[in-house]
Amino acid sequence: MIPRVLPGLASRRLFSVSTRMATMTPLEDAMRDKLAHAFTPSTLVIRNDSHKHAHHAAMEGSTSKETHFHVTIVSDAFESKMQPARHRMVYALFKEEMAREGGLHALQLKTKTPAEEQREKERTEKA
Amino acid sequence: MFSRAVASAFRPVARPSFLRPVRSALQFPSGPSIPSALHARLLSNETRTAIDKAVSSAPVVLFMKGTPETPQCGFSRASIQILGLQGVDPKKFVAFNVLEDAELRAGVKEYSEWPTIPQLYLEKEFIGGCDILMSMHQNGELAKLLETKGVLVAADE
Repeated sequence: MIPRVLPGLASRRLFSVSTRMATMTPLEDAMRDKLAHAFTPSTLVIRNDSHKHAHHAAMEGSTSKETHFHVTIVSDAFESKMQPARHRMVYALFKEEMAREGGLHALQLKTKTPAEEQREKERTEKA
Repeated sequence: MFSRAVASAFRPVARPSFLRPVRSALQFPSGPSIPSALHARLLSNETRTAIDKAVSSAPVVLFMKGTPETPQCGFSRASIQILGLQGVDPKKFVAFNVLEDAELRAGVKEYSEWPTIPQLYLEKEFIGGCDILMSMHQNGELAKLLETKGVLVAADE
């Protein structure tokens, strides 16, 4: 509901209200919520790569600006799981979004445990 | 019907006869087209059997978009390049173009319980998609695995 406001404040108020109600990135926001909830990640980076793929044949006729994402998740939930199992855990969260026509078309994943991230960091520092 | 895309991207010579497309063996039943969202629950026995055959058709099998020569997707292209860099023996490799068969495209996703293409199989075992292939390529696991399975071009060849 839009609160009644003084005329001078109307535009700003309306803007802030409308961004909360209708975000420009509904899918990305939903992904962030789901991932945060499912994995309580210590690192969560979501990058929208859709613009890089917009000209692809598979995207013909698609108007969505949210088709291709690169997601980095660092979470204890991946402990003692092989990579395919980790990716399947993520895919399971977005089953509907991936199956839907015009939905999520590609999801690049980096799934690490905090310990693996630490080791990786040490390796790059040494190199 | 699956069409088999051969791996001449990293060995542009004639294929050994046993790698010629075996279309009859991989024939798909033709049926009414089904919206992709419904495919997940409708993997038929015939489709499963055909994919079983495809997965068993070579030690290294890649389900991809396009062909090794002309991949139709950057992730498929990257996967082909990695297999080439690793020195996978073309005689032990077969690629299937999912874009040529809607049944395969949808079916392989359920078969592998994996919602995206490309998908790599090694000795009938699902290995992963492009990201997994890439990280295994970078951390050395892939080289070790391919070596163990004996699917690389022999060094003295």
